[in-house]
Amino acid sequence: MKILIVDDEKDVEVLFRQKFRKEIKKGEISLEFAFSGAEALDILSSDNPPKFVYVFSDINMPGMTGLELLDKIKFKFPEINVSMISAYGDKENYDKAIQSGAKEFFTKPIDFDSLKTEINKLINK
Amino acid sequence: MGLENIITIVLLYYLHRNAKAANVPQEWKKYIKLGMFAAIGLLILGSSGIFPSYFISIFSIILISGVAYAVLNFKEFQNTKPLFFAVIPLIAISVIGDLLETVNKSWYKSVETVFDVASFFAFVWAIVMYFTYRKQKKLLEVERRLAIEREREFEITQKIKAQLEKDVAERTEALTHQKEELEKTLSELKSTQSQLIHAEKMASLGELTAGIAHEIQNPLNFVNNFSEVSTELIEEMEEELAKGDLEEVKAIFEDLKLNLEKINHHGKRADGIVKGMLQHSRNNQSQKELTDINALADEFLRLSYHGLRAKDKTFNANFKSDFDSELPKLEIVPQDLGRVFLNLINNAFYACAERSKKGQDTDYKPEVNIKTLKTGNAIEVQIQDNGSGIPEEIQEKIFQPFFTTKPTGQGTGLGLSLSYDIVKAHGGNLKVESRLGEGTIFIITLPI
Repeated sequence: MKILIVDDEKDVEVLFRQKFRKEIKKGEISLEFAFSGAEALDILSSDNPPKFVYVFSDINMPGMTGLELLDKIKFKFPEINVSMISAYGDKENYDKAIQSGAKEFFTKPIDFDSLKTEINKLINK
Repeated sequence: MGLENIITIVLLYYLHRNAKAANVPQEWKKYIKLGMFAAIGLLILGSSGIFPSYFISIFSIILISGVAYAVLNFKEFQNTKPLFFAVIPLIAISVIGDLLETVNKSWYKSVETVFDVASFFAFVWAIVMYFTYRKQKKLLEVERRLAIEREREFEITQKIKAQLEKDVAERTEALTHQKEELEKTLSELKSTQSQLIHAEKMASLGELTAGIAHEIQNPLNFVNNFSEVSTELIEEMEEELAKGDLEEVKAIFEDLKLNLEKINHHGKRADGIVKGMLQHSRNNQSQKELTDINALADEFLRLSYHGLRAKDKTFNANFKSDFDSELPKLEIVPQDLGRVFLNLINNAFYACAERSKKGQDTDYKPEVNIKTLKTGNAIEVQIQDNGSGIPEEIQEKIFQPFFTTKPTGQGTGLGLSLSYDIVKAHGGNLKVESRLGEGTIFIITLPI
């Protein structure tokens, strides 16, 4: 199962790879990373239909925000699950994300246990 | 004979004439008139031959003596004195002649020629003296008039002088008053200015707070996350060790090493942000330090961006940085130049946001670019936005204190003015280039 993680902080990649070390090793998931909304769209569009089943995106990024990316993904690839991860867990952002079709809304600092639970739900489907 | 009386008449005539100017009392005038009548009477009587000549002579001598006494002794008749001196020889000769004639007529007859000659010279003397007297009198009169004129001019001058002195005093007082007022206003303005500068500093600190919170939160999250994941990794490493999978142990070991580096890196990142914030809020500290301009610009670019994002959720703009890695470090006051960067970057984002809000061009992509480069013996920092641009007539004013295009309460109008002063204080230059509809670029030049 391919998952795309979008965040402008590059160290997120190291962190996620270590956190999901076992899952990756077992071959349950494979992770890809994009550091901006535009890059994420490029990666998703490189295969048609895309191999990704889940996108986790930061909201607060320069250029295209996570919410804009969410709209675009939902418009182009409605079958991909998208969840938001944001430092700004305010109601405004939350409502907007859910309205636009986000599956879940995680706040930073990331609670990896709930993230794992979310991913495991998909693996076990 | 009879000469005394003619002289008396002449003298009295002049006494009468001069009396008007010399302010002679009324009764004197009466006596002058009486004397004139007496002299005329004596003259007529003398030539009629009714009375003996010695009789007439005695009265004539008495009359002229009276006149002589009056002229010599009363200062009212001073004016006539020179005329009197002119006729004295004539009087003397006439009186002596009369006396001799009365005493010894036959002897007198024998010396009469001598008297006639003496009389002639006395007469000439009298005439010469008379004309001298007239001339002197005229000169005196002219001098008197001139003196009066001078006196009058002097009075006028005095009056003008007094008026001028009064005017000068009034003017001086007004000016002193004005000077005091101006000094007071100046000191008030100075204190207001320092208050405003402080307020501006605090305002930009307020703008920074949200950005700072976000900036600190990110590295802190990484510190927490990496330390947590490291604990997990150690547990896994123990498991792998038990299994004897040394290959995997080695891989985990590499990860742990990396994580410690990451923890250290993000800890330092947070530390730097806190230090920067402290420096920014500190007052009156202006120590020059060797500073990496690229790092400073990058720090404030992020602070500005996240600050604006935190304040306005709808705000978004792309930003790019193009830093010259060969840029030499500069001796500058980091918190001062940081404020310049913050002001200019905030303005750039603001310009983009304003254009975005207008919504005229639908495919508008707000973008702010920061570029650093070395140019000869200076470095340049360019802050560019693709906002609406600044009209030319406003470009001249943007560096003036209190000039702002922002709505009331949103800008102090001091940001650019202070930025300009700071750059100038560093021996540099701050200029603006702008095109309507294309954007604006601020260029900071700093000497190496």
